[in-house]
Amino acid sequence: MSKLDRVTSRVTCYTAINVDTDQIIPARFLKRIDKVGFGDHLFADLKPKEVFEIPDARRREILIAGPNFGCGSSREHAVWAIRDFGFRVLISTSFADIFKENSLKNGVLTIDVDEPTHLSLVETFQKSPEAEMTVSLVEQKLKYGEVQASFAVNSFSRTCLLEGLDELGFILRHEAQIFAFEQSH
Amino acid sequence: MPKTLYDKIWDSHVIVPETDAPAIIFIDLHLIHEVTSPQAFDELRKRGLRVRRTDLTVGTADHSIPTTTRVISPTEDREAYDQVTKLTTNCRDFDIRLYGLGTAEQGIVHVIGPELGVTQPGKTIVCGDSHTSTHGAFGALAFGIGTTEVGHVLASQSLLQRKARNLEISVSGQLKPGVTAKDVILYIISKIGTAGGSGCVIEYTGSAIRALNMDGRMTVCNMSIEAGARAGMVAPDDTTFEYLAGRPMAPQGAEWDKAVARWRTLPTDAEAAYDRAISFSADDIEPMISFGTNPGMTIPITGIVPADDTEELRKALKYMALEPGKPLLGHPIDVVFIGSCTNSRLSDLRAAAEVFKGRKVAANVRTVVVPGSQQIKNLAEAEGLDKIFKEAGAEWRESGCSMCIAMNADKLEPGQISVSTSNRNFEGRQGPGGRTLLASPLTAAASAITGRVTDLRRLSRT
Repeated sequence: MSKLDRVTSRVTCYTAINVDTDQIIPARFLKRIDKVGFGDHLFADLKPKEVFEIPDARRREILIAGPNFGCGSSREHAVWAIRDFGFRVLISTSFADIFKENSLKNGVLTIDVDEPTHLSLVETFQKSPEAEMTVSLVEQKLKYGEVQASFAVNSFSRTCLLEGLDELGFILRHEAQIFAFEQSH
Repeated sequence: MPKTLYDKIWDSHVIVPETDAPAIIFIDLHLIHEVTSPQAFDELRKRGLRVRRTDLTVGTADHSIPTTTRVISPTEDREAYDQVTKLTTNCRDFDIRLYGLGTAEQGIVHVIGPELGVTQPGKTIVCGDSHTSTHGAFGALAFGIGTTEVGHVLASQSLLQRKARNLEISVSGQLKPGVTAKDVILYIISKIGTAGGSGCVIEYTGSAIRALNMDGRMTVCNMSIEAGARAGMVAPDDTTFEYLAGRPMAPQGAEWDKAVARWRTLPTDAEAAYDRAISFSADDIEPMISFGTNPGMTIPITGIVPADDTEELRKALKYMALEPGKPLLGHPIDVVFIGSCTNSRLSDLRAAAEVFKGRKVAANVRTVVVPGSQQIKNLAEAEGLDKIFKEAGAEWRESGCSMCIAMNADKLEPGQISVSTSNRNFEGRQGPGGRTLLASPLTAAASAITGRVTDLRRLSRT
């Protein structure tokens, strides 16, 4: 997994509620057998102007999304599309369960914030689409202008992202326990 | 300490307990299909790893295959051909049992697991597909995973996982005539919302759930993910055991007796507490139909489309071309789809056939009936259901996911509206620009006959 410690970028705000993984990448694009090029099909049918009709759309690494982002199908292709499009950090009030797991496994940080914080972030970056935000995972802080806001992230996810920890390698380090479990069941 | 069904299965599968890091849990059954597995096998190859437990891994092709034929043509759909071929190659190279296209056991992954008897109470079951929750109907802990995790399970037969919370959803009383398992789950989602089960494993309890047959329980558990839950489950009982007895991959003989004795210890202890509990009454549940662009946007079939007083509803109703304050009943439709891992089992087909019998589908409505597996197709044909569908003017297909996900040629044209027994009414789910009304097989069949959204209970026999 690729590392992530600090991202400084302009911010895309696309805050529709319940954006499902079929919207993130429609099923007809799921026939590829590799992980390449999915960014070209991100939001292929929706084409939200908040994402596409802005300067340097594909150079923005931070997306402020709406509640329950990534609900629906378990397709990891949704995260591959988001990552390939350019995003490394997603901020919302909530993410769907499987989507959140898939994000972490692809070096994409999901940050849960409360509603007032979400609202103020959206207001700020809608007003100043060229303003930059810095997300520091080491400090667990969002920084923009004079503002600094802390965010919570569980320590395992944080370590995974900071160190680029290989989760499969982590599991396989417990091979002896897995073997013992198999023997006793 | 008293435990829930979920607690019991979780506890008995923990290899390494949760600390800062998630727990490592053992997976008893890994189901794979063509869409979410190829990149996982590539990862194994890259690392020089083998599949740890080929005996606990089962594959089938279902998502991107045609349902008009059992041959996939490279000239008609090169990408789908490559994907299905890749699955065959991967299963051959890694020595995995594959019920591929053209075999008698092929079918939708969540239909064939139970049908083969490999889905069993107390198991942990995963698949790179969110509707894996279906298998929870047997009192298993079953949930969808991403492709990276598919690789983890292939290589280690285990998974990093944090324990979810216990949510009990009980439905008491007796379902009214014309109300099916599909209506129950649509009703539940309409009440708790698409994020109502977030962070939870749902256990469905209560007399109305208990009275459902296994097909009905699978329909309910199937859509747990549409309420945002990790998984859904129903405690195993005699209904479960009767379904499994004699299935090819279920335990046999003395092993069967031992298994049943073990399975009887699984149900939630009387004193166990859930983190949350929600109760519904079967009396309040009508045949349900969705009107919007997520499964939470669902109303009783006799209801009216609600006011578009939020941005989300405005957007949804605009997409659906529906007016607030108007009934859905009588709304003209273009297509009826009966199938998917939600409603493609023999009971579903029988229910639909009962409606179609002696009737014709409306001339302007395309009606497609897709059995969940080749075995179901054969059973349905042995009962003559195929004849009923065909005589009514419906198309009778080979098994697959078909128009639920529109990865093959089965899809809506832009602007078309369907009544569909599938699980998702997301924008474009059944094809770009297509619009979906989710409902039960009874409602779908009744609507096919009239060409309009129809309440089966009002459908006259003329």
